[in-house]
Amino acid sequence: MLKSSLGLIALSSLLLSGTAFAQEKIKVGVTATLEGTYTVLGEDGIRGFQTALNVLGKKVGDKELEFVIASTDATPDSAVRAVRKLIEQDKVQILLSPLSGDEGIAVKNFAKTHPELTFINAASGAQETTYVDPAPNFFRYNMDGAQWQVGLGKYAYDTKGYRKIATVGEDYSFIYTQVFGLVLEFCGAGGQVTNRQWVPLGTKDFASVIAALPDDVDAIYLGLGGADAVNFLNQYQQAGGKAHLMGGSIMIDQTILSSKGNAKNALVGTLAASGQADTWEDPGWQKFVKDYQDAFPPNKRFPSPSLLATNYYGSTMALILALRQVNGDLSNNQAKYKEALAKIELDAPNGKIKLDANRQAIGTNFVTEVVDDGKGALFSKVVKVIPNVNQTLGYDPAVFAKIGLPSRTVPECKKY
Amino acid sequence: MTRFVERHPAWALVVIIAIALALWLIFAVWPPGLEEAIGRKRVFLNALFNGITLGGLYFLVASGFTLIFGLMRNVNLAHGSLYLFGGYVGYAISASTGSWILSFIVAFVLTALVGVLLQVLVFRRMEGQDLRQTMVTIGLSIVFADLMLWACGGDFYQIQTPTWLIGPIELPLITAVKSSGEPVYLRYPLVRLVIFLASVIIGIAMWLALNRTRIGMIIRAGVDDRDILAATGVRIQIVFVLVFALGAGLAGIAGVVGGTFQSLSPGEDIRFLLASLVVVIVGGMGSIPGAALGALIIGLAEQLGSVYIPTYAIVVTFLIMVLVLALRPQGLLARR
Repeated sequence: MLKSSLGLIALSSLLLSGTAFAQEKIKVGVTATLEGTYTVLGEDGIRGFQTALNVLGKKVGDKELEFVIASTDATPDSAVRAVRKLIEQDKVQILLSPLSGDEGIAVKNFAKTHPELTFINAASGAQETTYVDPAPNFFRYNMDGAQWQVGLGKYAYDTKGYRKIATVGEDYSFIYTQVFGLVLEFCGAGGQVTNRQWVPLGTKDFASVIAALPDDVDAIYLGLGGADAVNFLNQYQQAGGKAHLMGGSIMIDQTILSSKGNAKNALVGTLAASGQADTWEDPGWQKFVKDYQDAFPPNKRFPSPSLLATNYYGSTMALILALRQVNGDLSNNQAKYKEALAKIELDAPNGKIKLDANRQAIGTNFVTEVVDDGKGALFSKVVKVIPNVNQTLGYDPAVFAKIGLPSRTVPECKKY
Repeated sequence: MTRFVERHPAWALVVIIAIALALWLIFAVWPPGLEEAIGRKRVFLNALFNGITLGGLYFLVASGFTLIFGLMRNVNLAHGSLYLFGGYVGYAISASTGSWILSFIVAFVLTALVGVLLQVLVFRRMEGQDLRQTMVTIGLSIVFADLMLWACGGDFYQIQTPTWLIGPIELPLITAVKSSGEPVYLRYPLVRLVIFLASVIIGIAMWLALNRTRIGMIIRAGVDDRDILAATGVRIQIVFVLVFALGAGLAGIAGVVGGTFQSLSPGEDIRFLLASLVVVIVGGMGSIPGAALGALIIGLAEQLGSVYIPTYAIVVTFLIMVLVLALRPQGLLARR
């Protein structure tokens, strides 16, 4: 009896000292795709995250932030595994996760099993994550794939005069969401999308996909990212492809525009839309670019931050600023912190960001064109800035709900 | 050939009809009805050629794998790592010297050297213990993967195609006839044709070396009965080292090829290990012609699958493997 109660006391004192120790530090878990097709995206995401720490510092009141980084490979199960490890083994209290679309949906669902913790989306952009059955403790400070395509369809139709396009995209939720945004606007303006090809994430041999591209279209839209995009461009060049191109948000991005080899030159003049534009003249953006460039030696970074770096920067900013507002108070299941997160308005490098009722970002979108800076480096040049883009893309929520969720065939090519 | 016809006349007829149909699909101008049913001929021809050229790459990787297995009964699960290593070496050489051809030579020599080290330091110590060898090679492949990730990072690399190989050429195959009556010829990436040709040449050279030379005779004898061969006074360990070097070197060459028309990144090692496992299981473990046939079937299945049944393209290759394992578990062209 005495023995066991002694043991109990020893155990509880151990636990107490554990919590006392945790109060000194706030543990934050971060995930990024540091393996597989999207490795380069994950690496630049982490650079954005580190840039934010450089600028904002790690102190919250008298507490210090401690970070644990875990790697994923863009598959939903790898993301859940990483998040579970961070929570169960590393005992993190806040999560900055994940990077990729399918991961986002899985982590959002997982977040519901830990209502006491806070999940801040790092960069993922599938619509479903915050639109369908959102988790009350999941916050997303970047726009989704469809919001990132706002302006592209109209610009292509009105200014470029494209009437018929075809799309090639990776077969998963984020690209579905991107094509959703594009098709909705392009077909709404009167254009036609004749053919939508889907390829598995991690496809290496695109030759047959390239051969199956239709000839009778004005432009081909590419919704690819990371290694897939580089492989596609390389083989597109070998096959002698010459069509006009349009690109999604991770296709026309420094992760691809700075890749080695000359296949990327096929992208000069390509029209795209994204949550950022490399050459935007806004002072906030320029300062962020400089912070990013100063944080890493030139051979360890891109000439200019990628969309992933920007997203991780914005999410980290929200994480730290909201934590400072509540002075690091995570008591009562982090209730105060969650309230602060829902209300916070960010002055992010890529424009002002605030959250809607589903804790989804409303932000600024950019239509861009790829230019060569004369020294062989490619950048996205801003041609149009569209502020206040919300998740229903300006549609009445009831009309938007009728369109259906992004998938291989949704939306239909018509005016809604 | 004649024996096959005599023994299975019905199957022979099916094969002949299939070949005739394939030839007609390739050379004839498709009637409009067919184009409506299964798409344009250009797409079909491209998928077919891509399948064959991809098969060439798979053959390069799998032939080394099957050669090593055939002689030494080692299932070398670090073969994918040798592929990736060869690719990285090829990239480094081609980036620093600008010579594509030189990158092949250096990649071959260095991976062959790694193969020799593997054989001398690892496999010789556990000869005849299949399970231990397999486990050790799994361990090694993980170590190699992390070492390469440490040295080269997670970035994807592409070996620069030499300028004389960039772009398509026109092949004398008519894909369609314009309304003016002018025929449209198939345009196909030159680099893939060159690589396919090279793998055919390597395949034939290997076949000749195995069947027409003294060293080939020794290797074939070793495949049949290692102990008797050793008893006749052949220095079997040297033969083993040579074969391992050749098999590893081929994987290195394949890495340069793969880095040229696809790309190199962490994870490629596992992908090509898996591909060569499937290829040799389909073709028959230890058989060079089997590896060629298996590589062709898997390449075609992947490419035709990605065009005609994109949703299920990933499972097609495994379906083929399951079918072969169910109906002819020793592989299509296995001798025993």
